[in-house]
Amino acid sequence: MSPDHEHEHDTAHYLCIGCPLGCRLEVDAVDGEVVEVRGNSCKRGKEFAVQEYTDPRRFVTTTVRVEAGRWPRLPVKTAASVPKDRVADVARALHELTVAAPVAMGDVVLADVLGTGVDVVATRDLPRAA
Amino acid sequence: MAKPAPLDLRRRYDVVVVGGGPAGLGAAVGARDAGAEHVLVVDREPEAGGILQQCIHHGFGLHHFKEELTGPEYAQRFLAQVTERGVDVLTDAYVLDVDRDRRVALLSQDHALAPVDAGAVVLAMGARERTREAVRIPGSRPAGVMTAGFAQKLVNVAGYLPGKRVAILGSGDIGLIMARRLILEGVEVVGVFELMPHANGLSRNVVQCLHDFDVPLHLSTTVVRVHGRDRVDRITVAPVDEALRPVLSRAWDVACDTLLVSIGLIPDNELARHLGVRLDPVTTGPVVDSTMQTSRDGVFACGNTVHIHDLVDMVSQESYLAGSAAGGFVTGRHTPADNVRLTPGANVRYTVPTTISTDREHTVYLRVQKPMTDCVLRLGDVHAKPLRYVVPAEMVTLKVRPRFLEAFHGGTLTVSVETREPASTKGAAA
Repeated sequence: MSPDHEHEHDTAHYLCIGCPLGCRLEVDAVDGEVVEVRGNSCKRGKEFAVQEYTDPRRFVTTTVRVEAGRWPRLPVKTAASVPKDRVADVARALHELTVAAPVAMGDVVLADVLGTGVDVVATRDLPRAA
Repeated sequence: MAKPAPLDLRRRYDVVVVGGGPAGLGAAVGARDAGAEHVLVVDREPEAGGILQQCIHHGFGLHHFKEELTGPEYAQRFLAQVTERGVDVLTDAYVLDVDRDRRVALLSQDHALAPVDAGAVVLAMGARERTREAVRIPGSRPAGVMTAGFAQKLVNVAGYLPGKRVAILGSGDIGLIMARRLILEGVEVVGVFELMPHANGLSRNVVQCLHDFDVPLHLSTTVVRVHGRDRVDRITVAPVDEALRPVLSRAWDVACDTLLVSIGLIPDNELARHLGVRLDPVTTGPVVDSTMQTSRDGVFACGNTVHIHDLVDMVSQESYLAGSAAGGFVTGRHTPADNVRLTPGANVRYTVPTTISTDREHTVYLRVQKPMTDCVLRLGDVHAKPLRYVVPAEMVTLKVRPRFLEAFHGGTLTVSVETREPASTKGAAA
């Protein structure tokens, strides 16, 4: 095939996360649009490859500091996935946060983290220290 | 909030569950639902929930709750079920011994040494991590060498970082998850070293814990020496040959202050051994029948103390069954005895349970020895289930329905996994 100067061609490689087969996926894209997925052995593999190429997202799970709680750390998660390239920033933003016990599972500890539109919520009840 | 009043321990419980992790909680729920009135769960930690409390990541509950939860969320849902059912939970307590009359010797913060009589006992002690000593890594013995799960507890529960520059031996899921966890907390992870030519953890964790953060994964490589006087200052790593022997001429040094080992789990079975229940040499856990009863009447076992599970959902399912059977044992509602023995055949390491009965449906768990694609799981010649693939890291589940065994009158069935004859290629070659 001759080089195409008008359109931007791109190939990306992923390891499929759908099941333990771990298929090696190859994605061809033109101008940011996926035109072909190779290496997948099922529909989920193709969907994963397209998602990873166009809009990779991750849940963030980490802990925040707690005052007067049974434990010094409270486990939290993003209530929805955030763009993959914001994961490290979200974790860093949570380093600065301190919450006060008691906390209930599902409590919002930080709303709309870094303007992503996603809340960070507690993933357990944490009573005050006895 | 004031410290809750100490539990008023009864002298006799219908069912005593040893361990308050996912297996113990599932068994307690099962026992109550089966009619056991007084159920006690004993846990050595200050709160029940077991390992789930430190597994703050996502990926639990897809089977059991039909949604993806974090470990603490999964634990809290089960703790709520246990509380609703009026189960007594004794924390900060340790079971020293269970004797043949099912008298349980308890050592607890609030009750000192307290003997409790149990109608039935469920062993749900879980597993321990293999340590550096289990793989005999030479070198000095400085601070900074620890198991990945211990580091997980330090970081996620106690609020300490184990070091500043961390190397990880073993690519099991706990090791991979700790790589991401430490990076998100600002720690440098210099690499994951794996003896085998493939990663041991789920590909999902390879992608989301290593690839996402550019952490190098060195396959067919192991740690051959630990250096440092008071604290680890570096490790020596080397590639291995086909026989998994390190090639020392190609070794190199990696600077780090911490080495995490993530090299597998072993069922925790001191109590079972002491009690004289029969253990399986392959799983090292108790041999159990289809009701999860051990070789000793009235003593049941479930969860990682029996065999290592991949998913907590499977532990919950198996433990509920064990608890129901323990409840049935004390209320006099016995299930018919097993009449068919299962033997591991080609490419099957073990099955749990090892016996089943022909009168009801069973879930049989098994693990294979080596990966295969396009294969078939055979239950003697009474049933064949095609499988797209099997891998040792993923437990295989087989539902055995009574109709499979309608025409079967033997005593033993061999469980095997074989390559399927590719039917489509037969006429296609010409």
